[in-house]
Amino acid sequence: MEIIYSIFQNSVTYTMPLLMAALGCLICERSGVTNLCIEGLMLIGCFVSALTVMLLQESGISFTLSVVLGILAAMSGGVIFSLLYAFAAVNLKADQIISGIAVNMLASSLTVFMAKVITGAGNIHITRGIIRTDVPLLSEIPVIGPLLFSNVYWSTYLCLILWGMMFFLLYRTSFGLRLRGCGEHPSAVASAGINVIKMRYLGVMASGLFSGLAGACVLVTYAGDFNAVAGMNGLGFLAIAAMIFGHWNPLGILGTSFFFGICMTVSNMGRVFPGLQDIPTAVFGAFPYIATLIALVFSSRKSSAPKACGRPF
Amino acid sequence: MGESKKLSVIITSLMAVTAGLAAGMIFIACVGKNPFVGLYEIFFGALATGRRIACTLGCATQLILTGLSFAFAFRCGLFNIGIAGQMIMGGLAASLAAAYLPDSVPRIITILIIVVTAAATGGLWSIVAGFLKARYNVHEVVSTIMMNWVAYWIVYDAVPRFICNPSVLIRSASLPVEKTLSAEWIRELTLYSTLNYGLIIALIMVFAVKFILDRSTLGFRLKAVGANRSCAEYAGINVSSTIITTMFISGVLAGLAGVTMYCGYTDSIVIGIMPSEGFNGIAVALLGNCNPVGILFSALFFGILRMASGSLAVMGIPQDLVDTVIAVIIYSSAVSVLFAGYGKRISAFIIGRKHLWK
Repeated sequence: MEIIYSIFQNSVTYTMPLLMAALGCLICERSGVTNLCIEGLMLIGCFVSALTVMLLQESGISFTLSVVLGILAAMSGGVIFSLLYAFAAVNLKADQIISGIAVNMLASSLTVFMAKVITGAGNIHITRGIIRTDVPLLSEIPVIGPLLFSNVYWSTYLCLILWGMMFFLLYRTSFGLRLRGCGEHPSAVASAGINVIKMRYLGVMASGLFSGLAGACVLVTYAGDFNAVAGMNGLGFLAIAAMIFGHWNPLGILGTSFFFGICMTVSNMGRVFPGLQDIPTAVFGAFPYIATLIALVFSSRKSSAPKACGRPF
Repeated sequence: MGESKKLSVIITSLMAVTAGLAAGMIFIACVGKNPFVGLYEIFFGALATGRRIACTLGCATQLILTGLSFAFAFRCGLFNIGIAGQMIMGGLAASLAAAYLPDSVPRIITILIIVVTAAATGGLWSIVAGFLKARYNVHEVVSTIMMNWVAYWIVYDAVPRFICNPSVLIRSASLPVEKTLSAEWIRELTLYSTLNYGLIIALIMVFAVKFILDRSTLGFRLKAVGANRSCAEYAGINVSSTIITTMFISGVLAGLAGVTMYCGYTDSIVIGIMPSEGFNGIAVALLGNCNPVGILFSALFFGILRMASGSLAVMGIPQDLVDTVIAVIIYSSAVSVLFAGYGKRISAFIIGRKHLWK
C-alpha cells in the first residue's frame, strides 16, 4: 500500500507542470492560435524563477516568500516572452509553426547565454524549493488522505484551483464563449463587435502565463535547479500531446496529464521496484515518449481541434 | 520566378541576417565587450587562415544536409523537426557498421556501406512520423519530437553497450581514420581541419534535391500536396504515399548529415546531447528560402557563425551567443512580412535604376 501511495504522490507532482502547460496551450488554441512554443515559454519560466529565487534566497529573505515571488516572476516572464510570439503570429500573420519553433530556439539559446553570463556555468541552483507537507486534519482520512492530502506541495493546490477557474472562465462566462468563438469562427465573433486580435493576444498571453507557472513548478518541486543543457526535456511537447490527447477539453487534459504523469513516474522510479532492475535505463527513459506516440495514434484520427486554429485572422 | 521577385527574396533574407547580427552585437555590448570587435571576430575567426576556411566548410557540410532535409519536407507542407534524432540514429548505425566491419574490407566499400546504412536508418526513423501522419493524422511536429527523444535514449544505451570507449564513458570509441569520411591527404593539406569527403556528398545532394524538386514527378506531386492538400487529392495524387515518401527522403538527408557528422566531422558519438545541427537546419532552410542553391549559401553562412563561437569564447563571450543570433535570424525570417514590403521596394528601386548602369 505504501508503494502505491508513493507512486500516486509522485505522479501528482509530475502531473501539475504538464497540466498547467497543457491548460495554457488549450486556451491559446481555443482562441485560434496554434502554439508550439510551450517548451520555450516553460524554459523561460524555469529560468526566471530560478534566478529570482536564487537572488532572493541569497539576500536572506524567507524561503516561502522567495518561492512565491519566484513563481510570480516566472508567470510575468512567460507573459512578456509570449508577446514575442503573439506579435509574429497574430499581428504579422507569420507562419505559426515556424514562429513557434523560432521562439523555442530563442528561449533556449537566450536562457543558456544569460545563465552563463550570470553564473559562469550553465545551471542555476536554488537552495530550497517547496517542502512537502501534510494538510492538517484532511490527511487523517483513510485512503483519500494519504492519496491527496499527505506529502504534497502547496503548488499542487494552486495549480488545481487555477485549472478550475479556467474551466469556469471558458465554459460559464461570456468571455469564455467569445474566446472559444475566435477559434471556431473568428469572423462571426468579429461581426458581433468583438476584437478578435485582442482575444487572440489574451489567448497567447494566457499560454505564456501558465507555461511560465509550469516551468516554475518544475523548478520548485522536483527539479531543484535550472539546467540549461537539459532544458525541459521535451516536457512542453508532452503537454501539447496531452492537450491533443485530451481533445482540447479541460476535463480531458486533466486525465491525460495525469496519464503522462504516471508515465513519467514509471520512467523515473521504475528501477526501484524489484524485478525491474535488469531493464536498461534507456527503456524507462524513452517510455513517456513512446507512450505519447501510442496515445496520439489513438486520439488523432478524429481531430477535434478548433476549426480556425492556425489560421491568421 | 520573375527577376524582381527573386531579388526581393534575397533582400529579405539579407535583412533577416542583418537583424540577427544586430541582435548579436547588442548582446555582446550587454556583456560589456566591444560589439564591433565581436563582429570582426565572427568573420575573422572563421575565414582568417586556410585551415579555418576548411573547418568552416567541414562545419557547413552537416548544415547543408540538415537544411536540405528540412526544406524537402517543408515543400510538401510537412515540418520535420526530428532531424536531430534522425541524425543521431544515422550516425549510430554508421558508427556501428564502421566499428564492426572487418579491416580487410576495401576502404571504398566501407565508406559506401556506412553511408548507405546511415541514409537508410535516417529514412526509416523518419518514415515512422510520415506513416503516423498519413495513416493516423498525428501531428508531425509532436511525433518527430517524441522520436527525437526515443533516439536520444537508444543512443544513450547503445553507445556504451556496443562501441564503448573504456577511458571516456560518455563518448564512443574513436573510429580509425580509414573507416571514416575524412582523408589523410585532406587532413595534411589543411593542417588537420574537420573537412572531409562529406562535403562532396552534400554537394551531390544539393543537385539531387534540386533535380527531384524541379524536374521529377515526385517533386511535382509533393509541391502540389504542400500547396493545397485537398486540391492535390482531387487531381488524383495519392497524398498518403507522397507524405510517406517525402518524409523518407527527408530522413535520408538527415541520416547522411549524421554520417558526415559522426564519421567525418568527428570520429565518435557523445551521448546525452542532441546535435544542434538538427535545429540549425531549420534556420538554414528558411534563410535559403527552401531552395537547394539558396540553402548551400545560407549553410556556408551558418558554418561561419558556428566556427566563430570558438573565437568569441576567447573574447570571453559565451559561445551560445551564436545560437541566439541563429534564433533571431529564424524569428526574423518567420516575420519576414515585416521586411517583405521593404524588400520589394528596394528590388523595384534597383531594377528601375538598371538602365542607368548600362
